[in-house]
Amino acid sequence: MSGAATKTLVIYLMAGRDTPELAAAAEAGGADLVEIGFPFSDPLADGPVIRRAAERALAEGMRTRACLECLALTRARLSVPLVPMTYSSLLEAYGWERFPEDARAAGAASLIVADLPAGERPELRRVQLVAPTSTEERLRLAADQTDGWLYLVTVTGTTGARSEVSPALAGLVERARRVAAVPLYAGFGISTPEQAAAAAAIADGVVVGSRAVEVAEAGAPALERYVRSLRAALDSNTS
Amino acid sequence: MSYGEYGGRYVPETLIPALDELEAGWREAKGDPDFAAELDRLGREYAGRPTPLTLAERFAPGKRLYLKREDLLHTGAHKLNNALGQAVLARRLGKTRIIAETGAGQHGVATATVCARFGLECVVYMGAEDMRRQHPNVERMGLLGAEVRPVEFGTKTLKEATSEAIRDWITNVETTHYLIGSCVGPEPYPEIVRDLQSVLGREARAQVLEAEGRLPDAAIACVGGGSNAIGMFAGFLDDHEVRLYGVEAAGAASLGAGRAGVLHGARSSLLADEDGQILDADSISAGLDYPGVGPEHAQLRDSGRVTYLSATDDEALAAFGRLAETEGIIPALEPAHALARAGKLDGDVIVVCLSGRGDKDLDQVLARR
Repeated sequence: MSGAATKTLVIYLMAGRDTPELAAAAEAGGADLVEIGFPFSDPLADGPVIRRAAERALAEGMRTRACLECLALTRARLSVPLVPMTYSSLLEAYGWERFPEDARAAGAASLIVADLPAGERPELRRVQLVAPTSTEERLRLAADQTDGWLYLVTVTGTTGARSEVSPALAGLVERARRVAAVPLYAGFGISTPEQAAAAAAIADGVVVGSRAVEVAEAGAPALERYVRSLRAALDSNTS
Repeated sequence: MSYGEYGGRYVPETLIPALDELEAGWREAKGDPDFAAELDRLGREYAGRPTPLTLAERFAPGKRLYLKREDLLHTGAHKLNNALGQAVLARRLGKTRIIAETGAGQHGVATATVCARFGLECVVYMGAEDMRRQHPNVERMGLLGAEVRPVEFGTKTLKEATSEAIRDWITNVETTHYLIGSCVGPEPYPEIVRDLQSVLGREARAQVLEAEGRLPDAAIACVGGGSNAIGMFAGFLDDHEVRLYGVEAAGAASLGAGRAGVLHGARSSLLADEDGQILDADSISAGLDYPGVGPEHAQLRDSGRVTYLSATDDEALAAFGRLAETEGIIPALEPAHALARAGKLDGDVIVVCLSGRGDKDLDQVLARR
């Protein structure tokens, strides 16, 4: 990339008691945006790490109202944008219109719904996801409907760490660039600073979820150190 | 959505192109006389269609109660109708690997069977709790060359097995066909499974007409995900004088006690709490132990065309024993729920879908005696 454009670092955390403190640590470490998972009992897009985190969160009582309170508490401590990530069942139960309204009131900048593909419920403004399997037509639909940025699912698979950056990412970025005027952030399977740097070399930013959730279990200082290492990798890339 | 306010495709984007491909492949197959001829031939020569219709005079004295004998189908349950059809479809789509979920193990056995028949790789996801209570079927799948992957988290039953199968499909979608076992899941699955199971309803209708010279007063079937019921109902939906009944397990009454929600790719009626978190179902029958149901059943409930009842574990066990003792037929615990309600229905001529045989359930039943 020419011009040293700063790459965006997105960190995913599961909603819970410690989330405001953890999110603040992520921001201190250099996160530009924090996704907050609202847990669902049957998360189809998630691998074992986030699925287990969701089970724990639900066991602690992190239902929709508690998650919205968590979002508001986190909002009070951070200046970067916050985006809830969840599943359709929660919106169905809470209300498809009321959910985004109340999330926005609690400080959400947008919304991600992992099992609501582009085209379904177009009236719901949200960050759309595209995948290596998406056709040109679907890339265009997602790009047209997305809210602010496009979430590139780098792998054909669920969330969780992989040994290397998906070879499918480069092709997906190239195809998405042709139809999208918004920034492209790559997620799923990115866990190390090296992978973050490699993905950010072609995309406009990266999303780190499962590994961040794991590191967060060791507490806010550990998370801040980890996020700082990702930040450093992204910044050295573009300098 | 296809079924009024129910159905849809609530799945990650990764699967959408595969669902489009599946839908196009299904439309093409449905319009192809060779596909129908191949299914018809497999049904007759391999599966044992048509299955008989048996009058159960001692089970229901004073009524003309007929059993549609899907228990006599190869592998012992109606599940083979769907597995055969989807396997032929998967081959048309060029898929070499098949995955499936199973609860009672009947769909897993049917899938393992058709994969052996066609030389396809087969992986079946099954909850660890179901593997324990349906152990004979686990052994059968192994003998048929399938790999059974235990699902050790959550409820360790059909709900989690289905989620894991969908995660596998998300990961291997380019080579793999997900052979879903019931009329659930994202579109076009509910329609594919209904169409493939409708053979039993069409046969039952013709057989009752042949035996009685008229249509039945009522048809009744058990409902978990709802595939044998939707197949039976498909034969009679246009016959408005035929009353239709579905019977859920009392501890898994997605239609009777559920609310609108989203699970496994479709909007339907579910056992869920007020926050949309899916609740555990609880039934002695592994095949009915599922908190969701096919979206078409939710629509048929709302429209009033089908009446949904429930039966408790004890009622199903009593009907199980009674059919064995009065007719010499050991039913699966799933259709035992339908049998528990069938004798009490108004009307003289009744058709019950006896969706499977009970060998797999002997340990369960004997343990409760």
